[in-house]
Amino acid sequence: MAHVWRMIAQRLALGFLTLFVVSLLIFGATELLPGDFAEAILGQSATPETIAAIRRDLGLDQPFHTRYVDWLGGVLQGDFGKSLANQQPVIELISKRLGNTLFLALYAAAMAVPLSLGLGILAALFRNSIFDRMSNALALTSISFPEFFVAYILILWFAQTGYFPSIVRLSPGISFGETLYRCFLPALTLTLVVTAHMMRMTRAALINLLASPYIEMARLKGMSPMRVILRHALPNALAPIINVVALNLAYLITGVVVVEVVFVYPGLGQLMVDSVSRRDIPVVQAVALIFASAYVLLNLTADVLSTLSNPRLMHRR
Amino acid sequence: MSILISIFWFAVVVVGAMALGWLFRALVVAVSPQRRAHEMRKAPLTACFGLLVILVYVLVAALAPVIAPFGESEVVGGEFLPWDSTYLLGTDNLGRDMLTRMIYGARNTVGIAFVITALAFFVGTILGLLAAVVGGWLDQGLSRSVDVLMAIPSLIFSLLLLTIFGTSVLSLVLVIATVDATRVFRLARSVAQGIVVMDYIEAARLRGEGKWWLITREILPNAMAPLVAEFGLRFCFVFLAISGLSFLGLGIQPPTADWGGMVRDNATLITFGDLTPFLPAGAIALLTVAVNFVVDWQLHKSSGLKE
Repeated sequence: MAHVWRMIAQRLALGFLTLFVVSLLIFGATELLPGDFAEAILGQSATPETIAAIRRDLGLDQPFHTRYVDWLGGVLQGDFGKSLANQQPVIELISKRLGNTLFLALYAAAMAVPLSLGLGILAALFRNSIFDRMSNALALTSISFPEFFVAYILILWFAQTGYFPSIVRLSPGISFGETLYRCFLPALTLTLVVTAHMMRMTRAALINLLASPYIEMARLKGMSPMRVILRHALPNALAPIINVVALNLAYLITGVVVVEVVFVYPGLGQLMVDSVSRRDIPVVQAVALIFASAYVLLNLTADVLSTLSNPRLMHRR
Repeated sequence: MSILISIFWFAVVVVGAMALGWLFRALVVAVSPQRRAHEMRKAPLTACFGLLVILVYVLVAALAPVIAPFGESEVVGGEFLPWDSTYLLGTDNLGRDMLTRMIYGARNTVGIAFVITALAFFVGTILGLLAAVVGGWLDQGLSRSVDVLMAIPSLIFSLLLLTIFGTSVLSLVLVIATVDATRVFRLARSVAQGIVVMDYIEAARLRGEGKWWLITREILPNAMAPLVAEFGLRFCFVFLAISGLSFLGLGIQPPTADWGGMVRDNATLITFGDLTPFLPAGAIALLTVAVNFVVDWQLHKSSGLKE
């Protein structure tokens, strides 16, 4: 087991290094501002005195590395600074919304992963049948659709007829079932957007293996096609499937932004879009850092899991 | 019941599209010279339909001022007028003619997406090929910086950059092109690395050819097939990304007509059961589907797969 722990520790270290560089990039991006942060805040009303005052206020007269260390130290203690737009601490703005966004992403994942794996296995089992072709064509089409198009089609079908609400209102104290019901349409939109890709990759990973000698052997033994796929092909296709699942869960993180705006869902994505148009840099930095960390962590998990699923990688000499 | 009707319409659309593809193929085969005609005759119907759609979009975009009945941001009547004989597709939230906006939208959205893709390709390919040819510290430096840029989800990174540079068409073009150039760099570098180790590259090096010659005369022609397919796919991603950003109100700014923004402006109509906002969204989807069909065909042809 020792080498497994060492591998995980190595990956974790690499992940933290990536996170560190990402944070440097997110913080350093403000240095690219034409002019400077203080001028951006003041805009037209900038005079040399007010600019100097704001610079001192925000600590902009310090050199870059001092400011970065201060910012990072604050972030690690949960202090993301203050919003430029309304002077509220950023952490207050994001803490509740982070939970909402995570809930939506998990909800969508819980629907999308079993659905796409099931469809992918079926498509591999009945390859080149009418079912396979239909699902392939549908997958290609739904990859090509912008998220908001899918969302509005669902609104037209389900919200128009009154089955589901088209605007998500999350008031405190509603039951879990009620929350699931209210969030159904945004979660379904995200599910549809990511399912196509996952399904196609599952099918491709399985079909790739079907030419292997051991699959032929299993068939010659007289096994049923379903059993051949589930017992012999699926365990060997796990690594690519885990990777594509993680990739799409990571995609959920960004897909969430557009979907939240369509359904007026009180999540991080909506906050980020509002802050971008207000050019509220501390909020955007905080949200970007959260999204980027989630992305890095997901990729890390996928890396570790797909190594664990492959005995050949586990016992490398 | 409504689901059944939707399925029926879906089937009608699919059959119609295939028929159009068939007609277009017959037309092209009839007018083009011998060799091309032979190639086209074997093209699948989906690809023909895709080509037809792309052709129509390009024509509409090029001839926008001639076809459009009104000016791009001209207020012609009341807000949200229904479809009639003067305003074929009604008017939008400010009383501008919807059809006109759709036509100009083709020019703006598709044009800007094309410019961005071309820019991202130019930068990404040159840097990628250079990294593969020169190797060493240049390769390491470029690859590691691209790794870092790719560790941030592209939409989030574009949003961050747009906050800093503000939302104008120029910053939109530069930001998205930068983000996408990293993806192109990856592909170009990995394709070129497979080519750089070939004997004919060695021979060219021994002949004393310069790096520029190696890149343009030896590597680029051999890397063309995957790069062209990637161009199509990349165009789709860029196109969807800028429509998404415009939909969020952060992309192409009004009063410039743009499909993503048009969906956002007229979205309220959907709650009244009016389908007009679906037209720009559908226009985006149709073009992406069409490009995907053509790319699929090209990939299939260049991979030499016979199923």
